[in-house]
Amino acid sequence: MRQRIVEKLMHVLFFIAACASVLAVALICLFLFRNGIPAIGEIGITKFLFGQKWKPSNNLYGILPFILGSIYVTAGSIVVGVPTALLLAVFLAFYCPKKLYPIFKTTVNLMAGVPSVVYGFFGLVVIVPLMNELTGHDGSTMLTASILLGIMILPTVTGVAESALRSVPTSYYEGALALGATHERSVFFTVFPAAKSGIMAGIVLGIGRSIGETMAVIMVAGNQTWMPQGLFKGLRTMTANIVIEMGYATDLHREALIATGVVLFVFILLINLLVSALKNKAIAE
Amino acid sequence: MANIQNDGAGVLAAPQKKEKSSGFSRWIQKWKGHPLSALAELLVWLSGIAMMLVMLFLVGFILVRGIGHLSPELFSLTYNSENASLMPALINTLIITVLSLLIAIPFGVFTAIYLVEYAKKGSKIVKLIRITAETLSGLPSIIYGLFGLLFFCTALKWGYCLLAGALTLVIMILPLIIRTSEEALLSVPDAYREASFGLGAGKLRTIFRVVLPTAVPGILSGVILATGRIVGETAALLYTAGSVAKIPNLMGSGRTLAVHMYVLSSEGLYMDQAYATAVVLLVFVLALNGLSNLLAKQLTKGRNA
Repeated sequence: MRQRIVEKLMHVLFFIAACASVLAVALICLFLFRNGIPAIGEIGITKFLFGQKWKPSNNLYGILPFILGSIYVTAGSIVVGVPTALLLAVFLAFYCPKKLYPIFKTTVNLMAGVPSVVYGFFGLVVIVPLMNELTGHDGSTMLTASILLGIMILPTVTGVAESALRSVPTSYYEGALALGATHERSVFFTVFPAAKSGIMAGIVLGIGRSIGETMAVIMVAGNQTWMPQGLFKGLRTMTANIVIEMGYATDLHREALIATGVVLFVFILLINLLVSALKNKAIAE
Repeated sequence: MANIQNDGAGVLAAPQKKEKSSGFSRWIQKWKGHPLSALAELLVWLSGIAMMLVMLFLVGFILVRGIGHLSPELFSLTYNSENASLMPALINTLIITVLSLLIAIPFGVFTAIYLVEYAKKGSKIVKLIRITAETLSGLPSIIYGLFGLLFFCTALKWGYCLLAGALTLVIMILPLIIRTSEEALLSVPDAYREASFGLGAGKLRTIFRVVLPTAVPGILSGVILATGRIVGETAALLYTAGSVAKIPNLMGSGRTLAVHMYVLSSEGLYMDQAYATAVVLLVFVLALNGLSNLLAKQLTKGRNA
């Protein structure tokens, strides 16, 4: 009898523990929206989302420069990181000699584990001075941030893409070979398209990483509040805006920063939805 | 059409030449027949080499520049303007890591147990738990930091403190621990459970005496990975645990190693110390990730045998 009570009790305990993540998501949504939405209302949704000037001292809270900043930097990181990551995934899945594979795979995994503040520091002391010489002015630019983020998302995209490539039945590859295609043609024109959904999921996951990255971007992007002015000028992202000003912001300014977080949160949720849709599609295929 | 015939000839000719020709001369051969394929092969190899070089350069650069600055003073117990010691940050990192793991491991493992051993497949609540865990794992750390600030520091009126930082990180690493524990539990063969039930053990005893011990390496690999994330985390801690360079009690503000490094490099006054801190941080995190990899590999090896 006592044992049955204990069994029942533990069952309930496990269930309660399992509800923790549900509770966490609910709390995160509640607190972000409750603290951010009123500020958006007070500033005016169009003024907030499409305002081109961020001057808290003048009560101007337009975050369009930061939204665009996040999008540009993310796009840049995709241009830098995704082609390399996909080639790397093909390399790992189809080219890497068996003896070397553990070394390469471990390196990719370790690369994923390097903290973003270390990447940022590396960017600050290596890439920024390099850009300084190249452009002749401040090296903290959109390009610098894009390159650094491209390196940072490499292991994420590679990991997902590699497993997508590996899950394609070998008969596809063998069939192509049998028809006279070279190894490269078989890989790039039969296996690669077959793994499309999985690879897309990896890329979108990379986009999510890029847009949410904070510390590394702050350290190399320049953080000017102007509208993004080009590849060789500095810019500020939404994430950077929150961290840079949260330390001293008060009242409406502080709420506007939280509202910036809400906008970022919505972006991320949409990206997450896309990732899981693509993953489901990949499984269905 | 001629191209296709060429293809055929290439495939036929390949086995005979294979033993003599090195990789490079084989590639030259290919270049003559199928330039685009040869180019693709070249690019694929270059990407692998480039990745290796970037990682080696990153780690090498930081180690070479930083190791020289690792002095005994850096490990003195107090931080002041003459000596930017990293010891308080190191101890704070330890406190936050232990605290977060102590809370996150039971929640994560229990969730995994519920999902694997108890939940009915396809029930709505299981779906909800999975969706929320997936959502959490996709959130960037700044969102966690913002939430921690709003909830623990502001709503609960704790202010910046280690406890708020640790609890924020608990939420952050929870999905990771759930996922790895779930995989570890799923990899335990059903025969173990059946044998245990057959010997008359109850469900609880089966879980704690048979299933969990078998799953420990997998769970541990996830826990170590989570430790690596905690040690390297900055954005989630900056406005929850704060950035005071002291060893506080749990309700006081203190910076971890990663936050310490960010503050040093953004102040720009102590770049040498920032390099040294980067070395310590990098060595810790790489060692943790390596260890986790090793454990995971051991696990798959055991399963194949």
